Amino acid sequence: MSRADTSRAGSPRAGSPRARVSRAEAPSAVRTPSPLWSFGLLRSELLITFRRWRTLALLGVLAAVPVLVGIAVKIETSDGASFGGGGGGGGAGPAFISQISNNGLFLVFTALAATLPFFLPMAIGVVAGDAVAGEANAGTLRYLLVAPAGRTRLLLTKYATVIAFCLAATLVVAVSALAVGALLFPVGELTTISGTRITYAEGLGRALLIALVVAASLVGVAALGLFVSTLTASGIAAMATTVGLLITVQILDQIPQLDALQPYFFSHYWLSFADLMREPVYWDDLVKNLGLQALYAAVFGSAAWARFTAKDITS
Amino acid sequence: MAPIDSDDNTTAGEGEELRAGRRRAARYVVPVAVMGVAAATIGLVPALADSGDPDLPKVTAEQLIEKIAKSDVEQLSGTVRISTDLGLPDLGGLESGLMSGMSGGPGPGGDEDGSAADPSAKLTELVSGTHTLRVAADGPDRQKLSLLENAAEYSLIHDGKDVWGYDSESNEVYHATTSGSAEQPEKEVPATPKDFADQALKAVDGTTSVTVDGTAQVAGRDAYRLVIKPKQEGSTVGAISVAVDAETGMPLKFTLTPSSGGAAVVDAGFTKVSFAKPDASTFDFTPPKGAKVTEADEAPEHGRKAEGGLAEEMDGLKGTDGLKGTDGPKVIGEGWNSIATFDTGGQGLPTASAGGDLGGFLGSFGDQVKGDFGSGTVFKTRLVNALITDDGKVYAGAVTKDALVKAADAAQ
Repeated sequence: MSRADTSRAGSPRAGSPRARVSRAEAPSAVRTPSPLWSFGLLRSELLITFRRWRTLALLGVLAAVPVLVGIAVKIETSDGASFGGGGGGGGAGPAFISQISNNGLFLVFTALAATLPFFLPMAIGVVAGDAVAGEANAGTLRYLLVAPAGRTRLLLTKYATVIAFCLAATLVVAVSALAVGALLFPVGELTTISGTRITYAEGLGRALLIALVVAASLVGVAALGLFVSTLTASGIAAMATTVGLLITVQILDQIPQLDALQPYFFSHYWLSFADLMREPVYWDDLVKNLGLQALYAAVFGSAAWARFTAKDITS
Repeated sequence: MAPIDSDDNTTAGEGEELRAGRRRAARYVVPVAVMGVAAATIGLVPALADSGDPDLPKVTAEQLIEKIAKSDVEQLSGTVRISTDLGLPDLGGLESGLMSGMSGGPGPGGDEDGSAADPSAKLTELVSGTHTLRVAADGPDRQKLSLLENAAEYSLIHDGKDVWGYDSESNEVYHATTSGSAEQPEKEVPATPKDFADQALKAVDGTTSVTVDGTAQVAGRDAYRLVIKPKQEGSTVGAISVAVDAETGMPLKFTLTPSSGGAAVVDAGFTKVSFAKPDASTFDFTPPKGAKVTEADEAPEHGRKAEGGLAEEMDGLKGTDGLKGTDGPKVIGEGWNSIATFDTGGQGLPTASAGGDLGGFLGSFGDQVKGDFGSGTVFKTRLVNALITDDGKVYAGAVTKDALVKAADAAQ
């Protein structure tokens, strides 16, 4: 990693022509857009990312969370008592946990509520932080840029891959929770948190919608991670920075004195996905959340672009 | 952030480096511009959306009050945002602990825990902080009020003879039956702007000035602004402003500002409202499988005092019936400046010197005052103040500290 940092100090004559070449190439790549070629790049990126042991391990850990929650609730309620109901201790644990023993579908919501604050964004941070910096670290970034892709397109491909991972990670949690919930607990009609009843099919629809919203909630962290990743040539440093920022923001979000700033923290509206379980759905916070994620994606996406397209790639 | 190249000081490279550096820096204009646009949008859109005060035919205050009285909105659904800032010390978790302690007192059957879905305990939460409520009504027999919480909701549903309280967080249900439709459970605690406005209009008498102060837009509807102000000095109430829907006469927003200035003590207003008939399924409720159901008659009689909460505070404005529960409160003064007084017959509060630690603790919440009456402690909120003298007399009302001391002096 230190090599990458010091390489900047190397001869500018060696760096500049290369940068100039790739910049000159970018327009030509735009002029001959080959969508097939772009898809090829995206496909190879996706394959590389999802074949990594690291990625598979992350997904495995995420899939294990609903299993653990499900088994814990099953043991807790095996004597027939409803979870948290007897002791009047409602409010402990993640959202919806008291309803799991009555309807397995709630395990999906609980699992997402449990993983969204840390597990999911941490996984995203690892993948996003690794996206550019990892290539630089491994010395493969310059070979990628030799292909007539253009840096902008490469960056977009990287971002698309990270977004695909967001979706995959969320769906892994949701599907695992759905399966565990259906195995361990009864399923059927369910009661929304507003007290109205919906059919199981509609409940499944809402679960899917919630999974999509949760995936979209991670778009901001993904952009942030990608930007950090363009700043350094060390994959580890980028991952650590992204996860560190994530934890810092989560802590700041708990400090009441900062309530004027908190609506602008990317994690502030994360749990608003639960509003989809109200009847009628309460959209205000959901819309704010999605808008905020789009803003983070735009700001840090363009910052990543500004950094990456102007950077001297020496490794 | 732009890469700082060069230990290389050749003059030939420098001009080129500078240009390249500038080009690089120029790219950062994009994220900065995006942020600028976002900031401008956040700042400007509310200002642009505010299309100014609507043009409405002029009405007098009397006509407007009559309009409110005649208002017969039976069907509505909407979202209400309510903020209360009584200036009570923010006790955070301790507060909710106290609340549950109050509602969870030992009952007849020795059953320790009350239901988390008991409306009286739950709606007391409205006394402080900012909350979002959803209301729906379809005639006098069917109403629903939901308190939106983080990933949970507390719903109070009145459907014919049944009153259901459902707390989704603990999955507990509270059930009561009413003899008829006469009793409206929602009215136990004022929550909607209409409840507050009704309370405020009760207070209108000779000591009050009522004016129509232009128009406003509330929840996308045109409304008149009715301003109620005490004429006398010494009240802690600065002004009460009620936005009244021009079409239906329904109060849409209620704001109570204290005379000491600052943020509103109570601010309750619709952010969304519709006068269409709500979906019938809104009022259907069957306890979910596995939910713990508490029947009202089985539920331990508890916490009834807490139920008053905000209502008491509102009644306290007039001082007259705010202290119903106590024996023989006398009322000094009239109108907004009325002060309720009663003699506890006891020792008053333990003071720091006499009462040891407890006295010191209580004393720290209040101000020590001295006057012709002797000395005592004033407990202040932003709306209601109370003076407890050392000889056990209590003076309370929505008046300033000075007015309380004066009243105590006069009573001497």
